[in-house]
Amino acid sequence: MLIFEQSRAGRQASAQAPLERADVSAIPEQFRRRRSAALPEVSEMQAVRHYTRLSRKNFSIDTQFYPLGSCTMKYNPRACNSLASLPGLLSRHPEAPESHSQGFMACLYDLQEILREVTGMKAVSLSPAAGAQGEFAGVAMIRAYHDARGDHERSEILVPDAAHGTNPATAVMCGYKVREIPTGADGDVDLEALQAVVGPHTAGIMLTNPSTLGVFDRKIEAIAKTVHDAGGLLYYDGANLNAILGKVRPGTMGFDVIHMNLHKTFSTPHGGGGPGAGPVGVSERLVPYLPVPMVAKSGDEYVWLTEEDCPESIGRLTAFAGNAGVLLRAYVYARMLGREGMPRVAEYSTLNANYMLKRLQAAGFDAAYPDRRATHEFIITLKRQAKELGVNTMDFAKRLLDYGFHAPTTYFPLLVPECLLIEPTETEDKETLDGFIQAMSDILAEAQSDPEQVRQAPHTLPVKRLDDVKAARELDLAWTPETT
Amino acid sequence: MLAAIGAQSIDELFDEIPASLRLSQLDAIPAALSEMEVGQLMGRRAQQDGQPVCFIGAGAYDHHIPAAVWQITTRGEYYTAYTPYQAEASQGTLQLLYEYQSMMVALTGMDVSNASLYDGASALAEAVLMAVRANRKSKSKRILMPKTVHPAYRRVVRNIVHNQEVELVELPYDPSGGHTDPSVLEAYAGEDIAALVIPQPNFFGVLEEVDALTDWAHANGALAIGVVNPLALSLLTPPGEWGEKGADICCGEGQPLGAPLSSGGPYFGFLCCKQSHVRQMPGRIIGRTEDLDGRVGYTLTLQAREQHIRRSKATSNICTNQGLMVTAATIHMALLGSEGLERAAAASYQNTSQLVSQLTAIEGVESLFQRPAFHERVIRLPAEAGSVLRSLAAHSLLGGLDLSRDYPELGDAILVCATEKRTAEEIDAYAQKLQRVIQLQGGVKCGLVPKE
Repeated sequence: MLIFEQSRAGRQASAQAPLERADVSAIPEQFRRRRSAALPEVSEMQAVRHYTRLSRKNFSIDTQFYPLGSCTMKYNPRACNSLASLPGLLSRHPEAPESHSQGFMACLYDLQEILREVTGMKAVSLSPAAGAQGEFAGVAMIRAYHDARGDHERSEILVPDAAHGTNPATAVMCGYKVREIPTGADGDVDLEALQAVVGPHTAGIMLTNPSTLGVFDRKIEAIAKTVHDAGGLLYYDGANLNAILGKVRPGTMGFDVIHMNLHKTFSTPHGGGGPGAGPVGVSERLVPYLPVPMVAKSGDEYVWLTEEDCPESIGRLTAFAGNAGVLLRAYVYARMLGREGMPRVAEYSTLNANYMLKRLQAAGFDAAYPDRRATHEFIITLKRQAKELGVNTMDFAKRLLDYGFHAPTTYFPLLVPECLLIEPTETEDKETLDGFIQAMSDILAEAQSDPEQVRQAPHTLPVKRLDDVKAARELDLAWTPETT
Repeated sequence: MLAAIGAQSIDELFDEIPASLRLSQLDAIPAALSEMEVGQLMGRRAQQDGQPVCFIGAGAYDHHIPAAVWQITTRGEYYTAYTPYQAEASQGTLQLLYEYQSMMVALTGMDVSNASLYDGASALAEAVLMAVRANRKSKSKRILMPKTVHPAYRRVVRNIVHNQEVELVELPYDPSGGHTDPSVLEAYAGEDIAALVIPQPNFFGVLEEVDALTDWAHANGALAIGVVNPLALSLLTPPGEWGEKGADICCGEGQPLGAPLSSGGPYFGFLCCKQSHVRQMPGRIIGRTEDLDGRVGYTLTLQAREQHIRRSKATSNICTNQGLMVTAATIHMALLGSEGLERAAAASYQNTSQLVSQLTAIEGVESLFQRPAFHERVIRLPAEAGSVLRSLAAHSLLGGLDLSRDYPELGDAILVCATEKRTAEEIDAYAQKLQRVIQLQGGVKCGLVPKE
């Protein structure tokens, strides 16, 4: 039942608002609303009970294994939340003067330095609010760089066909045309195809390495050289940074600009779909274009760098300093990991993924790239099962929910048919991985003995499969008093 | 586990990475801290910044947030879930987002709302891009942008849209009213304009002539984009009712609905529109539907607009929303209801009026714009604004935002705000301290810089 349907006229959580109603009659009537907004009228207890009950209809990392590929659903340490919520940090106004911001700015400065070191870039700006905004900042910097050199012929961004959808969408937002680069049979970028299209029109290439196919592109140095020789720049999509944290640095691979998803690699909460944070790091030549604000150190004091200090900057992308509270959580996490913990992230996430891959292969599942090492994630293709048993990837995914596991990413990347992209992360123990593998084996057995059981799944959740076609055709996007 | 893999060591699992690229040291990263140690570090830093009494608004407002809001929001089931791709396992988040969309529709008087964007400024940028797509009558990409829109918002819009050849035309404000006089639009009558942006209240806190502005836009083939404060909307005419036909799109900063100040983020941007434009809307949208057994359920819908389906032809590159902030906002609105929001808004209006009347009682301090305002006002000081604000800050009081950078023509003007959280004692203390600071600084400065 919706909170609106529990509403009763005149009911309210009265202690939550000022007890007196101040006089606003000095605001002329023409500006004032005639009817109060039709929000629910409920008591505090009703609201608390309603939203507590709703929360129990969610799968989450705190309640379930959540091996959603490319999303890095690792455990979020609780200290990150409680320390970012200390009163002095939570109540700081974004326009507070530097004199009353040194503690906060010290955290941001330290985080910039940590991210700079672990990625091998020259400088870092923390301001983009999410991965997609970090991508925007990155490509906007590439454009600013070429524009500043008067190099206006560069109109194309190259994107591998396995890339996240945000990559081509971002390139278009920055005014570029997108050219897709095919992937070779081994999962690496098709270098010859790249060499054939790269040229004076190439502004840059957007790469994820390890790629969304769950493999590390072994020819990365040759790719970098090919693009650089043509005058283009290399963009690193940090979606899979978890796989190489403390092991390889994007800066060493030759990238000019990268974004990081702190809600993935640095364990800030996914929050049901945000807020994220998408800091960007750059090589020497892109430093002048970094988005503002940033924190610099002047003697013993921290100072803001804004538009005035960085005249060539691509500017700010949110009103203030991005998702500051998320940055503080990432900072706490990074300090608890420390220099010895960072490579451990890559090691254990890679160990878990390779273990699952081998065990699932042994259980009768097909790897998309059986001859390759898995990175922190890997792809299983259910093409054979779909053909032989009439049970497809979506059916497996929905049945996994009945077994108490969140489904892996389904049908992405687009170039592997009937695929599951599985990312266990480093925070899961062996017993959990074994439980998931057992569930996959059990579902495979069901698919052979009782396929309808799998095709109709889930059976144990608050709802069965939903009618997405009806949702899109008969749009119902808001409750209104006329609805009931 | 290594035996199952057939590897000798974890290191062997990285053997596809060229050896020349492998990293051995991370010297510049400090060694690990325990939870207790990092707690001590953060505690010191949080304390270091003091907790000055805040009379700054300017896009981020210090409102009361009921205790239940963040206690429920940080439940692991909300805090550690992700985008509800598996709808059956995400009905909690999905239903909550549907309720959020419904609440925003009620508050704004628009037909539909998306499930949120990053913040108010980036939401305005998306609204501008959306208007350019949605206005099929207009061949231009020209947007009329009043100077009374938050200066940071105008910068963000420019930074996000300029690579798509969108032209932003700045509209001047009326120097005595602090609003956008509808007569300035006459210069653009008959021209091809994609949209007119209308802030309410505007950056100065002043109320704009929204009806006349909206009607002008529609009479001239332009869409009307409202930029609104959601708490103010509990008292003010909602954009859906502006002028004859209502605004076409409205957006704004959701922070006043349950988000702490937190140095500027995370907040959330909201975006609402008329039904006819829904397919041009960026971001996640939740729809109500049925399951196989006919039970009501909720799901992500209209995904054909989005980057993970449309790739380079998507309405935006946005992927996430600000889910957790919207969770807080939904619980906040449910707890307060329209009555509670109206009381908080009215108390903020009253406190700001009280503050301005006490501050302008000080000799030389004047209130600049005499039109109706909501909970922010511009006052001019008889001494250098930056220096006065620094002195006040030294007394643990943030006196307002210095406007000299963005509006130098206003002289030593500051933007002040007193939400419902500011007490009578705090307002008295501000007035007393300001008087002393001006006496001290005014005397030194008077002979050096002539007043306007």
